[in-house]
Amino acid sequence: MNSRLLRRAVLAAVTFGLGTAFAVAQTRPINHQNFELIARGRYLTVLGDCAACHNSPDGTPFAGGNPVPTPFGTMRGANITPDKDTGIGNWSNEQFYHALHDGVGDVRLYPAMPYTYYTKMTRQDVMAIRAYLNTVKPVRHDVTSDTLPFPFDIRAPATTVWDWLFFSPGTFKPDPHKSAAWNRGAYIVQGPGHCGACHSPKTMLGGDQSGKQLRGADLQGWVAPDITNAKRIGLDAWTVQDIAEYLKTGANRFTDASGPMADEIRHSSSHWTEADLKAVATYLKDQPGGDHQAPKPLAASDPRMQAGKAIYEDQCSACHTMDGGGIQRMFPQLKGSPFVQQPDPTSLLQVVVNGTRAVATDERPTGPAMPGFGWKLSNAQIAAVVTYVRNAWSNAAPPVSPGDVGKIRHAGGSGS
Amino acid sequence: MARKLPATDVVIIGLGWTGSILANELADAGLNVVAIERGPWRDTSSDFPVTYAQDELRYHIRHDLFLRPAQETMTFRHNVNQHALPIRTWGSFMPPNGVGGAGVHWNAETWRFLPSDFVLRTHLTQRYGAKFLPQDMTIQDWGITYQELEPYYDKFEYLCGTSGQAGNLQGKKQDGGNPFEGPRSRPYPTPPQKQPYGPMLFAEAAQQLGYHPFPQPSGNLSQAYVNPWGVTLGPCTYCGYCEWFGCGNYSKASPQTTVLPVLMRKPNFKALTESTVLRINLDSSGKRATGVTFVNTSGEEFEQPADLVLLCAFQLFNVHMLLVSGIGTPYDPGTGKGQVGRNYSYQVTSSVPAFWDDKNFNPFVASGAVGMTIDEFNGDNFDHSNLGFVGGGYIGAVMTNGRPILSTTRLPKGTPEWGAEWKQAVAKNYLTSYEPVTHGSCYSYDNCFLDLDPTYTDAYGRKLLRITFDFHENELKMSQYLTDRLGDIVQKMGPRTLEKKPPTGPYDVSKYQTTHTCGGAIMGTSPNNSVVNRYCQSWDVPNLFVTGATVFPQNAGYNPTGTVGALAFWTAHALRSQYLKNPGPLVQA
Repeated sequence: MNSRLLRRAVLAAVTFGLGTAFAVAQTRPINHQNFELIARGRYLTVLGDCAACHNSPDGTPFAGGNPVPTPFGTMRGANITPDKDTGIGNWSNEQFYHALHDGVGDVRLYPAMPYTYYTKMTRQDVMAIRAYLNTVKPVRHDVTSDTLPFPFDIRAPATTVWDWLFFSPGTFKPDPHKSAAWNRGAYIVQGPGHCGACHSPKTMLGGDQSGKQLRGADLQGWVAPDITNAKRIGLDAWTVQDIAEYLKTGANRFTDASGPMADEIRHSSSHWTEADLKAVATYLKDQPGGDHQAPKPLAASDPRMQAGKAIYEDQCSACHTMDGGGIQRMFPQLKGSPFVQQPDPTSLLQVVVNGTRAVATDERPTGPAMPGFGWKLSNAQIAAVVTYVRNAWSNAAPPVSPGDVGKIRHAGGSGS
Repeated sequence: MARKLPATDVVIIGLGWTGSILANELADAGLNVVAIERGPWRDTSSDFPVTYAQDELRYHIRHDLFLRPAQETMTFRHNVNQHALPIRTWGSFMPPNGVGGAGVHWNAETWRFLPSDFVLRTHLTQRYGAKFLPQDMTIQDWGITYQELEPYYDKFEYLCGTSGQAGNLQGKKQDGGNPFEGPRSRPYPTPPQKQPYGPMLFAEAAQQLGYHPFPQPSGNLSQAYVNPWGVTLGPCTYCGYCEWFGCGNYSKASPQTTVLPVLMRKPNFKALTESTVLRINLDSSGKRATGVTFVNTSGEEFEQPADLVLLCAFQLFNVHMLLVSGIGTPYDPGTGKGQVGRNYSYQVTSSVPAFWDDKNFNPFVASGAVGMTIDEFNGDNFDHSNLGFVGGGYIGAVMTNGRPILSTTRLPKGTPEWGAEWKQAVAKNYLTSYEPVTHGSCYSYDNCFLDLDPTYTDAYGRKLLRITFDFHENELKMSQYLTDRLGDIVQKMGPRTLEKKPPTGPYDVSKYQTTHTCGGAIMGTSPNNSVVNRYCQSWDVPNLFVTGATVFPQNAGYNPTGTVGALAFWTAHALRSQYLKNPGPLVQA
């Protein structure tokens, strides 16, 4: 199960391809000759990581059916191959554009399909994607997308109201005061890359909270961390090069990617161009963080800190080293780590309780893994060591209670 | 009836060190490669994570990582007059099982053999005369030279990130390294490990006696390292759980930590685990392998056709596979005819435990290969004229472990084996005792060999492999001499008391000594003196290659893995640069 799908948007799923409404619609003849357009479209499907939801569970490109768990129920990615009956072969280009730009396909889409981001894409880019999708092998594969429980299964009122509340269609407008790289980065982050789908805080109904873009969000068992330039919990300590290396190779001098981000890197950003990686990094470095006051770190004399230190030295220091410095591109640095100091410790607990495996890429094929300690340490012990790590070596973050650990343990692993 | 699978370019039997290196090299050459491994898939964090890897009871005492004798074993006898019996619990050596093979559980001592080791018979005959060697000793030259193998030693060391101090860089002697080693083209990829107290004390004493101590080359890395294939290893934490264990810290060189991460990404490579190859299939001429037949855990048989077969299992099982597949002529000790199974050999080790009142060795600060060694008494580094034996070995203070169960057995002679006095002795001696070792060669003889057992069969109905082996006087004398030299050094270290423990015959197959079995399908210059040519290619079946210590004509006084790894790269190079262009014998018989 592709864990990035956990939160590919909030309300959920994709319902291209009921297939009936446009069964007789005419499509323009496909120009398979336009190599540049098709190649650009293919790259855009990588930028947008379309395959994450729209491949079939057995990996057939774009044949649909991958389960997409959301807080509102599990949905399934639609078949977007050119198959005329079960895919989008009968859709006109205009219908395709309408779906990505306005969230309206043959019916109004659920926003698990991140059209709230794709709406930023230019018409040319959307048409390039269409041109590429027209060239993939048509696969006859009927996908039932409507699998949400009541009341979300009643599509029209739910999606209409949601769109009214949270969605305003509109193509990305470059900021003339910023560099070309910044604007390209903004376009990717806000548009096809749909970074905010995971990283922006959400309302109860799963819409983006306004004004808080990219400041970290709950991700069903994980926390997508703050990726603004915030100090301590954001990307402040990372250079543009650090961010680009992380997105490309899955590791940099501070940490390795695992959890849902490992899937993103594996399928999407490890295939981006150098220019796009740097552009995204440039844009992220320019995003202001929220008004986070670092909490006062727990005193070393706190009993939780003392117990945590002893456990850390026994269980953790062999890889992460006694001073929390880790081993570059192998064992993440804990000292100063934004991941460790997120206000919400969910991801850190996930990793400690269930373990996790770092992404392996062509550049960094190692894919080191951390074993789970859930079977070995009690909730109180894990709470102590995680509290220690969050407050040692000048780190500062709220302590973690045994009850917090219990919740993660109870939820089971999605880490490794 | 075996189900026939789609043909592949290469089938590899066994996915350990040599199987994974060759698989990666041949997949890089564009070939479709299928590796078939008897044991399970093994991954660091899933199968020996730091959370429980350091479990002496599970792994050392109960042999968790190793092959179960019920699945495959061999019979043993000392000589042809005895009736061999099956080994039902591993003792003297530990046959591996599973992906990574013995590369998972080794100590990671990463040596090169001496230049003279490769031309042994010629060298000894020239120096001491033809009559100097015992009549029944069947040592021979390898057919390759150190110089030829050097670039491949280098490749293996850089794959592993081996930590060490060069003693001979392109012919120039280097302070602090092994002055006897063959010239190496460049320094070790990482500096030596930090030495614990015991090895430092040993080195000081050895130096006072005029020897040249140097750090043992170690595959437990002194620092993090990224190998040429892009795989990262972490630094060793000196936890002392190496041999018998998988390394949970990614710091011991193994197929898992150096090759498999890149190999498993390749779409033209496939590993089939928990699948036992039953035999190599031949065409009607008997001169060409057509693939292999294997069986899975459900008892279903499959035939995997392939153009090229690489026999990359553990040494004993390689010989077994040749014999049960009817490849080559089995060795007959009566007539000396036949090559398969000939020149089976081993190694001869000894130790000198010693006891102090005023030293603290902190034995738990350890790694499988950390230590200081001297090479004055290895191979033919010393004059044997008046010694009455040939061969030798390194003498070393290796600090492999201070684990809680078996460490309690190192006690002065006369200590009771249980009770209050035993407990007191354990408490008194755990930190204050130390046991340096010798690691000696074992040359080959006409009455030490492998063949098929006439009586016992395995779980698949195949005849078991039969080992006929015993130590010879030459080896016992050699080891006694090494033990005495070690005794001199230990004496200089100033213990209250020391105990020399030279080996005595007969060879005891039930007591752990080393897993360095070798030979049985040896390398040589002609089909009349060997099973494989200098490229590890079968003389009888040219599309079959055999790897590992199986091809050693005799054993040198070093741990074998460095040479095993070098030979794998050497073979890979021959396959890629010669064989693939023109499949057929690379050496004309």
